[in-house]
Amino acid sequence: MRRRTTERLAIDAALLVLAAAFAVPLVWLVLASVDPLAGLRVRIPHSPGLSNFTGVLNEEITFRPMLNSLLLCGSATALTVAAAALAAYPLSRYRSRFNRPFLLTILFTTCLPITAIMVPVYALFVQTDLIDTMYGTALFMCTSQLPFAIWLMKNFMDGVPMVLEEAAWTDGAGAMQTLRRVVLPLMGPGVMVVTIFSFIMMWGNFFVPFMLLLTPEQLPASVSIYNFFGNRTGQVAFGELAAFSIIYSTPVVLLYILISRRLGGGFALGGAVKG
Amino acid sequence: MSSTLRRGGPLGWLPLTPAVLLLLVFLAGPIGYCVYIAFTNMQLTGTSSTDFVGLANFRRAFSDVNFRNAVWLTLVFTVISSILGQNSLGMALAALMRRASKPVRTVTGIFVIAAWVLPEIVAAFLLYAFFRREGTLNAILGWLHLPTQNWLYTLPILAVSFANVWRGTAFSMLIYSAALNEIPQDVTEAAEMDGATGLRRFWHITLPMIRRSIATNLMLNTLQTLSVFGLIWAMTRGGPGNRSETLPVFMYDQAFLKSFIGYGTAVALLLLLISSLFSAVYLRLIKTEV
Repeated sequence: MRRRTTERLAIDAALLVLAAAFAVPLVWLVLASVDPLAGLRVRIPHSPGLSNFTGVLNEEITFRPMLNSLLLCGSATALTVAAAALAAYPLSRYRSRFNRPFLLTILFTTCLPITAIMVPVYALFVQTDLIDTMYGTALFMCTSQLPFAIWLMKNFMDGVPMVLEEAAWTDGAGAMQTLRRVVLPLMGPGVMVVTIFSFIMMWGNFFVPFMLLLTPEQLPASVSIYNFFGNRTGQVAFGELAAFSIIYSTPVVLLYILISRRLGGGFALGGAVKG
Repeated sequence: MSSTLRRGGPLGWLPLTPAVLLLLVFLAGPIGYCVYIAFTNMQLTGTSSTDFVGLANFRRAFSDVNFRNAVWLTLVFTVISSILGQNSLGMALAALMRRASKPVRTVTGIFVIAAWVLPEIVAAFLLYAFFRREGTLNAILGWLHLPTQNWLYTLPILAVSFANVWRGTAFSMLIYSAALNEIPQDVTEAAEMDGATGLRRFWHITLPMIRRSIATNLMLNTLQTLSVFGLIWAMTRGGPGNRSETLPVFMYDQAFLKSFIGYGTAVALLLLLISSLFSAVYLRLIKTEV
């Protein structure tokens, strides 16, 4: 038994070292955000205070970009979830020789890097006057998330037994009614996971709005924060930048905690990995 | 369940329309357009018309020193950060966490996953601060009496690779935790009875049993790493010079900063082709039952 204890101690120690390596940048973020004289180095603030937060809590730096993010990602997520739920229903319920090729194409698309098609997307958006519009950007963000959302949604829908649905069908309900009244309520947690996951992915997305939105007033937080420290000319207020990073990250961290139980363990991309 | 599956009839497939329309217009469309532009000399500015130039963009790419540099750096970035870093570290974390005490397991999980959940740009900013000359890494090295240097200048590709490891390891860790959980207890116990030590057990029993998870995780990590742009762009902008300019950054630079849309898109198309290859292998690997 003693060998066991030593082994466990060694493993604990090794893990704590690794955890510390992962923690250092995060610790810096938290300490710098409450340090009015923050630099790039981790240090205990001499006179901690919330001045960095009050410094960025204004319309230009925080409120407008956050509102833009909310509008952009909120509308794109709503559209993604609606389109994915509709698409998943026939894929999950009907039998057809098109199902398998369609789903394989969807899964294949899930893996394609959106980064690679941003140049033609930009060119297309310029030609169709969608460039620098919130709705155009939201439509594209929705589409880029759609393959994965359909895949997740279909897997969750497969888990809903058809018995209750059969009853609704015999009572004369149509497909759409059955989907809305029976299937979706039964897979509520699944819909929530798809919604939150899509939202998190879009909230953190930098490249798409960076390319497709130009007017400063329309930029979401992911791009405005880049402009904040990307243009590193002159003095950078690292403390304020840290404070804004925390404000910007908080929604996704909270949402992740909300669904982490379902995402953790066997999540692995909603069965995409396990097949 | 298959007994109750019905044929929907032509109208039954109507719900697919919004999704299919969006995918055709905003995904298939750009990919098709990508194939077209890659064979033209389209420019962003100027009045010159767009002409079909055949394979000129690709010939130019293969003879371009900067393109070859980008391919090489992409390879380095992918091998270091995805294959060696995220994959191996993720597996080590998952394996160790199973045998650690609960508080340590929880603490480790929280920090590793937090790095993954944070938005890309925040991660870039944090690692930028960490690697800067006056940043924390040098502070720690100085404290240990080890040589310090300006990491983002001397070893930029290594710095962004480590940033990608920091950010992406949680995904591998979660996949391997799930895979390890599915190994039946009695298999490992039998090996333990036979006197196999921890490392031998891991090598001869655990690894072969999670072979499929390893393959899929490597695929997904590689695909994800091939498309990293924001992290590198925000940390180094591909510099100094072009010493951390991977293919996505090179593509952006050529298409937008130098306004060679045709050339940049040819690079994007090559990136798409490489990714498609990986995706195809991935689909074969999971042999999914859809």
